Amino acid sequence: MKAYSLFKKDWQSELRTRYAINALAMFILVTVSVIMFSIGSEKITEYLTGGLLWVVIFFSAMSGLSRAFVSEEERGTTMTLHLIAAPSTIFSGKLIFNLLLVFLMNFVITFLFAILFNSFIIKNFTLFAIAFLFGNIGIAISSTIIAAIISKASSKGTLYPVLSFPILLPLILTLLELTKHAMDGNSISSSFVEIAVLVCYDVVMLTASYLLFDFIWEE
Amino acid sequence: MTNYTVELNNLVKYFGRRLIFDGINFSFSSRHIYGISGPNGSGKSTLVKIIANLISPTRGKVIHKNNSNEIEPFKLHNQIGFVSPYLFLYDEFTAEENLLHFSNIRGINFNKERSDYLLNELKLIDRKNDLVRGYSSGMKQRLKFIFALLHQPPLIILDEPTSNLDNPGKEKVYTLIKKESENNLVIIASNEDTDIALCSQVIELEKFKEQIDR
Repeated sequence: MKAYSLFKKDWQSELRTRYAINALAMFILVTVSVIMFSIGSEKITEYLTGGLLWVVIFFSAMSGLSRAFVSEEERGTTMTLHLIAAPSTIFSGKLIFNLLLVFLMNFVITFLFAILFNSFIIKNFTLFAIAFLFGNIGIAISSTIIAAIISKASSKGTLYPVLSFPILLPLILTLLELTKHAMDGNSISSSFVEIAVLVCYDVVMLTASYLLFDFIWEE
Repeated sequence: MTNYTVELNNLVKYFGRRLIFDGINFSFSSRHIYGISGPNGSGKSTLVKIIANLISPTRGKVIHKNNSNEIEPFKLHNQIGFVSPYLFLYDEFTAEENLLHFSNIRGINFNKERSDYLLNELKLIDRKNDLVRGYSSGMKQRLKFIFALLHQPPLIILDEPTSNLDNPGKEKVYTLIKKESENNLVIIASNEDTDIALCSQVIELEKFKEQIDR
């Protein structure tokens, strides 16, 4: 309940300041436009479209999801949070906020890909939905803990992609594989290993994040 | 009536290689106002941040007890009210929205009666629905007092409590501090003579450092 209250505070604050939403919206718009212009009238393969989808998602996450902690640090309100809640509450609240942002962002990106790219054809929608669900959860968890780490650093902008790359790489590779399977129309049972890897990634990241956050949050 | 105590056991703090203070032993208890004074850079703010569990000491321990029961560090946030110039509230919310959010995040019911009482005492009641962005620095300082006192904490830590306040504001704050000290433990870190005059005991960090240097 306390975490939900923190999420409500963050969401209300976001609606008033547009700290992350504007950055994400502009990034998605610009990236998709650049891809459209660079492709022109050329035809691209289904697999390449699937790959591009996750590349756009990865870089969009880089541009907007660090705001959860960075905005508190920039406004000087980190100490205020220290004074009103336990570290686990802070992490949970910020994670709920990033989960909502990731789902919103990825729905928009996927929708744009579906209407703008003819080669973006998903034959097994259920498999893609599973990948989308667990993939988004994984991106939100990883982005939240990385944002907490980099919020204390002086060069936040450069550190975020650098730290994210090795942490998100296994997730993105698995998601690429699952998207390929969904485009081929493979069954869920034949993609069991990739789904299991995805779920394990989420569980490991969530557990590690809760264990580490106390140390990151302490000055 | 609760008896809140804070024990400082052999506190040592370094920033990098620079020693801030060494071997502070002290015991604070309820219904007193304690002062921490010293020149700029002597470690007043560092000491109050350590007491409030905002930063860790390099060595030593701070023990908070409520009626002789030790409080675990992760449960301390609802026991402490903190005011300082380096504390910021959310500019994009009104005063009342800030207080409402803080109560909800603390996991306590928003006490509108107490909120209105404190807003009225600190002359902010007419501006409670204005965004904090539009407040003067003195008004923000008064709002920080309400933030610190709203949840009725047994420990109130005030770092430079009268900075940015005009004389009527200072008088009002002094009255509130005296009233709070009737039941609670108040610690003031300041160089202002009028702030320190409220205190029954004062830790002089400068003298303490001289002792260390010898």
